[in-house]
Amino acid sequence: MSIQILIPTPLRQFTSNLESVAVEGNSVGEALKNLCVKYSALQKHLYSDDGKLRNFVNVYLNDEDIRYLQKESTPISDKDVVSIIPSIAGGNI
Amino acid sequence: MLKLSKEAFESIRKHGEQAFPHECCGVLLGKLNGEQRVVEEVFAIENKFDEAERYHRFLITPDNYREAEKVARAKKVDIIGFYHSHPDSPSVASKYDLDHAFPWFSYVIVSIMKNKYHDIHSWIMENDRSKFTEENFTIE
Repeated sequence: MSIQILIPTPLRQFTSNLESVAVEGNSVGEALKNLCVKYSALQKHLYSDDGKLRNFVNVYLNDEDIRYLQKESTPISDKDVVSIIPSIAGGNI
Repeated sequence: MLKLSKEAFESIRKHGEQAFPHECCGVLLGKLNGEQRVVEEVFAIENKFDEAERYHRFLITPDNYREAEKVARAKKVDIIGFYHSHPDSPSVASKYDLDHAFPWFSYVIVSIMKNKYHDIHSWIMENDRSKFTEENFTIE
């Protein structure tokens, strides 16, 4: 099925400036993987070298953080909207 | 090129000094004008990192980010980037900053030495995540 993924401002340069991208997938993880197949430059910003979602990349299914659902295995239906929401962290040393 | 109003600069400076010895953090709101990023307003965000680590860490949560997006939409501006302080440390982006950065955003860092403003710089991460590059900016 096809669902919409909302792209945050800093990553839109990698999605032809699209705010929303339609991708296929039966789970959040599949949809995100297909997003990275479609727009390969996103891969390094969403996933670390070991293939895990970066911990400052938050993924919401509608209004819920998938960490509190079934993480990347969370199933999706065609009315769902997946959002990529940054958390901003840093500091000295 | 990042253009910071005097009011925005003063807000960042004061926030850094008030938060010392902890790091402060906040959002830069503004508009893109060709190659220039014009910061029209900044607003402070409570540092949500564990208190014991706030002397060298800051965190803006996804909920904070979504609230900032709502504010930006209401004001018809964009989130241009973020600011934070480095207490008793230079205003140079660190490895930890790099590991946690998003591309495109301006990362303004203010150095606070012994409770007082020292200097300020802005950084943008390269798209290959290899490093931060200093961004020219003006205070007007």
